[in-house]
Amino acid sequence: MIENLSSDLLARIVRMALDRGASDAEAIGISSSEFSVEVRLGEVEKLTEATSRGIGLRVLRHGRQASCSTSDTGEAAIEDLVSTAVDLASRTSVDEAATLPPASEMATNIPDLQICDPEVAAIPTATRVELAREAEAAARAADSRIVNSEGAAFSSVTSEVTLVSSAGFAGSYRSSLCSLAVAPIAREGQQMQVGYWGDRRRRLRDLQSAREIGEIAARRALRKLGARKVSTGTFPVVFENTAAEDLLRDLFEAVNGGAIFRRASFLVGRLGEAIASPLVTIVDDGILPGGSGSRPFDGDGLPSRRTVVINQGVLESYLLNSYTARKLNLPSTGNATRGLTGAPSIGVGNFFLAPGVSTPDEIIRSVPNGFYVTETIGFGFNPVTGDYSRGAAGWWISNGELAFPVEEVTIAGNLRDMLRGIEMTGDDLHLRGKIASPTIKIDRMTVSGD
Amino acid sequence: MVNPIRFFTERFPVAIGDIEELLGTALSQGGDYADLYFEYTVVNNLSLEEQIVKTAGRSINQGVGVRVIVGERSGYAYCDAIDATEIRRAAATAAHIASQPRAVGPVGVTIRRPEQNLYPVENIIGQQPIERRIELLERLDSSARGFDRRIREVQAGLADEYKVVMIATSTGVLIGDVQPLARMRVMCIADEDGNLQSGVSGGGGRLGIDHFTSDLVDRYAREAARQAVVQLDAREAPAGSMEVVLGPGWPGILLHEAVGHGLEADFNRKGSSAFSGMIGQRVASDLCTVVDEGTIPHRRGSLNIDDEGNPTSRTVLIEKGILRGYLQDRLSASLTGASLTGNGRRESYRHLPMPRMTNTYMTSGESDPEEIIRSVKRGLYAVQFGGGQVDITSGKFVFSASEAYLIEDGRLTAPVKGATLIGNGPQSLTRVTAVGNDLALDEGIGTCGKDGQSVPVGVGMPTIAISEMTVGGTK
Repeated sequence: MIENLSSDLLARIVRMALDRGASDAEAIGISSSEFSVEVRLGEVEKLTEATSRGIGLRVLRHGRQASCSTSDTGEAAIEDLVSTAVDLASRTSVDEAATLPPASEMATNIPDLQICDPEVAAIPTATRVELAREAEAAARAADSRIVNSEGAAFSSVTSEVTLVSSAGFAGSYRSSLCSLAVAPIAREGQQMQVGYWGDRRRRLRDLQSAREIGEIAARRALRKLGARKVSTGTFPVVFENTAAEDLLRDLFEAVNGGAIFRRASFLVGRLGEAIASPLVTIVDDGILPGGSGSRPFDGDGLPSRRTVVINQGVLESYLLNSYTARKLNLPSTGNATRGLTGAPSIGVGNFFLAPGVSTPDEIIRSVPNGFYVTETIGFGFNPVTGDYSRGAAGWWISNGELAFPVEEVTIAGNLRDMLRGIEMTGDDLHLRGKIASPTIKIDRMTVSGD
Repeated sequence: MVNPIRFFTERFPVAIGDIEELLGTALSQGGDYADLYFEYTVVNNLSLEEQIVKTAGRSINQGVGVRVIVGERSGYAYCDAIDATEIRRAAATAAHIASQPRAVGPVGVTIRRPEQNLYPVENIIGQQPIERRIELLERLDSSARGFDRRIREVQAGLADEYKVVMIATSTGVLIGDVQPLARMRVMCIADEDGNLQSGVSGGGGRLGIDHFTSDLVDRYAREAARQAVVQLDAREAPAGSMEVVLGPGWPGILLHEAVGHGLEADFNRKGSSAFSGMIGQRVASDLCTVVDEGTIPHRRGSLNIDDEGNPTSRTVLIEKGILRGYLQDRLSASLTGASLTGNGRRESYRHLPMPRMTNTYMTSGESDPEEIIRSVKRGLYAVQFGGGQVDITSGKFVFSASEAYLIEDGRLTAPVKGATLIGNGPQSLTRVTAVGNDLALDEGIGTCGKDGQSVPVGVGMPTIAISEMTVGGTK
């Protein structure tokens, strides 16, 4: 059960802040119930269950801003929260762009985006344990070379977010999220390989079946057995759909309004220009029914929306919250995200590359000699320059066929060139998490190995 | 100095008698062991960009986590309110991991004090006037801009944490600690005719404000500015397998990724690490001795007690190339009969503890660092790094250089762009051909992520040469 942090309580906190000298104030309450179970080799290993809540308060004093939060929701703590925030906001600098968005921009109705499934909170513990067991059992039964497991986990969280601001906004929504994942380990000779697979959904009925998750995870572990390095060179690179998600994550950093106004992105000043192959259309949809990234309003209280970021290769929009929109003199795209602490930052809704017409097989068959990337590892992307260099694993493609598994290599290039070099996009887009992509083929990257 | 036991028992409605009774509740369904982790953390943040202090913030995170262990199983529950009624509810929830109800009375506890006092701190940052903290950020800004006219943007931040913890265990211990932590960070962007480059620096530890002298602040600022300016002239990084020399200090992230995670006891107990079952075997050249040491005064990764209440220690992981030990938490140590090493750590009261590193470094060798570089015909000299990551099971790890130079005929020639280096944990250190006499620990900004939990850590290393490693450049 979630205990409410009512909008009445938050409205009272906002009033307290105004009474003490704030020119504007915004309070957020987040309460959540979480559950997780981890099963390993058939036995329950960890079981966690808890409810938690916290309150955040952002205070403005004529352009001076401060932000405080507490997980203690008692009266004395709230008193302290307000007085600290109001006091801190008298010490920071005047920032002309630090204002609350006007009431006219704020969400006036809260659409039902089907992001809260009451079933998620109602599943009996035994069923949750069983789902994790079943996923792991399916993975272990898949092949005699699956000899071990890092375990399987089922977790769920239901939460309620309430936002109240002195600019006239008060809104609240509930959401749920459940996930099931498993990591079996395959062994052949001296080589051990782990395979991960999982699914993450707002609604329990959308979750991939435990058996399917287990079988896919086993396949992902098995297909890595026998992997080796390859020689260094420049080759076409195909990213499997799940690996291509990582590229979209990088691209998000570069279209993030925070990086744009700080001039910390290679996409500064490029609106309206062709920055990618005409095959590339990238959308951020914050109102997709049932989407993991959907929410009725953003962290500024603005309605969520659908934004075309890249349209057939042309950069049409950055992703902005109110603050960065003001800094850039553009309208907000409703992408503010707000934790308990700090000013609103920017996050995706459901951010995806639109599917193309080719099947993944057709894409692989088009490559005479190249690399099929199924996993990337590391943090080797620099949004300021676009430079990209990451560890990778996958398969070598010879004459359009997957020839042998590859590991311990890097792939490198610059995202600027990689976006232009997208030659094919797959028809295999699956919106599981907040970020998704179909399989893509990039004309050339440096593969570094021996 | 705050007494952590009194801090909790006087400030909140939880008496020592309640704690003893709560441990009983946790064990009421059976169970081998239970503990309560009380936490009260104040985090202060201050940030400057575009030459103004844009935000100041303070967060309070408080709560209690209750853990019950039965064999290999752990039950966990937590609450945000520090009062006996709420904790009792959490204890009853965590107890459900066990299934043999029994009548258990209160579990007596004895107050202990940590045996070490590694970070006595005067002038905790969060308790200083905000004006003094703002001055530090303004100095970072002006010092970075003064370094070079091409420095166009500076972001500076000062974050400090004041954490009070109290741990009660069913083995009868009640122990607490006060854990201050400070971190200063500066990021610069250099702009030369639209060529944008960034540089990052900073440092900290379990320290007060007096640590951040004007000289140190200037050093951080100039270092971030210098890195950004150097990158303006960077060429494409090389691609392929080559000899690599790593500079001292932060490049020790190599050890954290290549061997550190793989030697955490949970993975080894489960046989899922590439290092499983390799104690006593050669995993590095005989020049390499690697230790994890949670007891270095004032370091970011140091702790008087770990998050299970046990003293931290110095653990030799690799001795002259031979694998000697793993990093233990209570659960793995008791299941495998190993001794505790004080590496049971957690992000907060909302998380279960697990084996984690503290400060992980390689001890000094005998080579002259300049001689090491001179000995390389063609290779890469890398001195600054961003993050790294490892696949525990296959042993493949990466870490990404943000400042590196080509070595040609024993001399450093051109700076090159950032590139990821990839290797295989059990193999990489066997290729170490020289270890410098210049051990340095990092500046104190590292954070390690595992299973969704972040904890502060340190790394360190002397200059080392690795005969062969794959460098992920483009040329």
